[in-house]
Amino acid sequence: MDLAVIGGGPAAAAPRPPAIELRGISKAFGSVQANRNISIRVERGTIHGIVGENGAGKSTLMSILYGFYRADAGEILIDGRPTPIPDSQAAIRAGIGMVFQHFKLVENFTVLENIVLGAEEGHLLAPSLAKARRALTALAHDHELQVDPDAVVEELSVGHQQRVEILKALYRKAEILILDEPTGVLTPAEADHLFRILANLRAEGKTIILITHKLREIMAATDRVSVMRRGEMVATRRTAETSPEELAELMVGRKVLLQVEKGPARPGPAVLEVENLRVRDTRGVERLKGVSFTVRAGEILGIAGVAGNGQSELLEVLGGFAAGQGRVRLNGVALDLTGRRSDGQTRRAAGIAHVPEDRQRLGLIMDFAAWENIAFGYHHDPAYQRNRLVMDNAAVLAATRGKLARFDVRPPDPWLAARNFSGGNQQKLVLAREIERDPELLLVGQPTRGVDIGAVEFIHRRLIALRDAGRAILLVSVELDEILGLADRIAVMFDGRIMGERDPAETDERELGLLMAGVVPGARNGAA
Amino acid sequence: MQPLPKWADATLVPLLSILIAFAISGVVILAIGKDPVEATKVMVTGALGSTYGWGYTLYYATSFTFTGLAVAVAFHAGLFNIGGEGQATLGGLGVALVLLHMAWPHWSLALLAAMAGAMAFGAAWALLPAWLQARRGSHIVITTIMFNFIAAALLNYILVNVLRPTGQMDPATARFAADLALPKLHEMLGWLGIPFARRTPANLGLVVALAAAVLVWGLLWHTRLGFQLRAFGKSEPAARYAGISPVRVTLYAMLISGALAGLMAVNTVMGEQQRLVMNAAGGAGFIGIAVALMGRSHPLGVVLAALLFGFLYQGGAEMAIWMQIPRELIVVIQALVILFTGALDNMVRMPVAWAFRLLRGGR
Repeated sequence: MDLAVIGGGPAAAAPRPPAIELRGISKAFGSVQANRNISIRVERGTIHGIVGENGAGKSTLMSILYGFYRADAGEILIDGRPTPIPDSQAAIRAGIGMVFQHFKLVENFTVLENIVLGAEEGHLLAPSLAKARRALTALAHDHELQVDPDAVVEELSVGHQQRVEILKALYRKAEILILDEPTGVLTPAEADHLFRILANLRAEGKTIILITHKLREIMAATDRVSVMRRGEMVATRRTAETSPEELAELMVGRKVLLQVEKGPARPGPAVLEVENLRVRDTRGVERLKGVSFTVRAGEILGIAGVAGNGQSELLEVLGGFAAGQGRVRLNGVALDLTGRRSDGQTRRAAGIAHVPEDRQRLGLIMDFAAWENIAFGYHHDPAYQRNRLVMDNAAVLAATRGKLARFDVRPPDPWLAARNFSGGNQQKLVLAREIERDPELLLVGQPTRGVDIGAVEFIHRRLIALRDAGRAILLVSVELDEILGLADRIAVMFDGRIMGERDPAETDERELGLLMAGVVPGARNGAA
Repeated sequence: MQPLPKWADATLVPLLSILIAFAISGVVILAIGKDPVEATKVMVTGALGSTYGWGYTLYYATSFTFTGLAVAVAFHAGLFNIGGEGQATLGGLGVALVLLHMAWPHWSLALLAAMAGAMAFGAAWALLPAWLQARRGSHIVITTIMFNFIAAALLNYILVNVLRPTGQMDPATARFAADLALPKLHEMLGWLGIPFARRTPANLGLVVALAAAVLVWGLLWHTRLGFQLRAFGKSEPAARYAGISPVRVTLYAMLISGALAGLMAVNTVMGEQQRLVMNAAGGAGFIGIAVALMGRSHPLGVVLAALLFGFLYQGGAEMAIWMQIPRELIVVIQALVILFTGALDNMVRMPVAWAFRLLRGGR
């Protein structure tokens, strides 16, 4: 991946007032001060990055700018003029367009219909659609935003859906474009393309605010970067004059190790052997199309790939809550993949622990207290029972106190409901539950998604420690950096297949990126 | 948003809801030309002003506790059991069969057997909807509603054609043996030397209901089954991840729910009517839904809410008798309470939460 090419030459000095200026914006939710006296200037015709940990207040700030929330105090100036933004219609009138992390598209509408939606003129649809079609052709031509106007959105790739979102904003004459974590679901190639589009838009004088937690993208694509921490704007830097290390330190408030320290793996015998594994979803679509791999004791096998290429199904079937066909052996013993002895309990009994991809939907009961979540999944553990019928809540509580302390979960309150912990602490809760079982095999999906940088370091060290204790780990992550940093071998998934295995020392992001897009480097044709 | 303190959510919000419901009821009473103050007086004295009134209030509250607990247990598993009425009806059949067709040396043994019969029949009536939901995905709200009608028709048939003693015009079973009657509340309190009005229907079923509430509390928060049930109710995908079987939890939750609804017959059929009559459940199965909603599906809340509805039932009856207020109006008042405590819960909670924020901010 070559982001540096498109990266930030310094913005042309603009005599005009900044495109956006926020003065003293504050917003509180109850006793939580989400934004505290935030002032920022975003110059016209620049790409301005905003970084910060989860809960630092980035989303709140952007929601204020887009009219979803009203600030308790402060002022918004667009082009130097004070502009109150009470709702998103006002934001659109002020020339602000927003591309959300989770797209706001009507999936069974065509591209054209989605673009017109909410911007119809008159009672008849046809003239609006015709007008939009002409505008769309022009926009696509000008901005490398080609997309078939008559395609149904749900049949488009994620990258193309994102283009529709951008087109929607441009069609509404947006001069200022806000993108919230835009590359989370893109392949590296798609991300490259997105940054080229953004650079083009900048060249035309549009202003772009880029919210991301990927420091590499910030370094490559932005002109300036602002850092938020705990609701405050702690620094704004010219990107050319800062470094990822400095930004990370500003975000967390202390020095952070961005690179995982680990020694060489000492792989032992095979723990997990997967042969020709196939999974169909409820609609009968084959999501795993014959996957085979092995994970050895004392090593981490990283599964790279863009989200939605079968990784989730792989974890689900290995974790025992989806059915599959094929052969899976754990320490030489075949696992039942469909029958009565295929559920989360039998998997745990066999020594498989599972940190699921979506901790809030799967890994935790959000309304349960921390101690109840520690028992969750291990509620059959004899240590947690008083007798056949009654659970030993006191024992679970005691175990929870120990785990909260050892995994530095904050606050260490076993009675606090899971939803009241931050993302990173929720993840530590799940990890404390699963890792301390000392499993033969740990399945772990997106271990650091939505987790603060400070906690990322901790979680990575724990995973390495488990590996060094001779356990097998299957790591699924859409973050290439994480895979490259943690895995001892990398398998890349695309469209339900494994495109190839690579040694992290002998590969790079470019090669992995091609595999993630279904292209086997060196081969003439893509495998897709 | 800052959550409301737990105590306020559990007490302040329902109390305010009830007050609003009563205020609107007062307006309605005024509109039909009666005096709402007088009506309130009649209700309160009629239901709570004498041990006689209490005897009825507690009797109704006992029934509502059983059905409320039934709905609450299913709620915790994420299941909306609207079939309490039918399950209670079948529970009555279970009680009647046990008491009519077997000889019992003492009422206490008969009570245990009647409880077993009531629970078995109530649970059986919940089993098929549960199985259809767990295995076939037929929505339990629909199936349990339909099973209420089937239960009513079944009871009708059995009373008319099977259990009615020959020569009796009334579609009802024969009377149970007199010595199998449960002790009445006044007898029980008499053992303790507390005077209480005779000829009220309150009976030992009250104690059974309170015991059931304690057991349900223990089940939900101290057993593995309760843990699985609550986890499943909060998040089915997470429950599957943890290896909790949706089928098993659905079946168990509905069996327990049906058994609790069936137990109501111990209070009514065995404790009061002494025979099985038509429409034995008398709508208590539906009141149980409101009771569980208002009681936040917590056993203690259910008991308190059941008491409130018992008061409404008894006070409403008194009001109908003494103030020539049509009985339908009582239903209106009850409906208002259900509307405000159940359906319009957030209408009260949000202003209260807002007030709390103001108070906190002021400090």
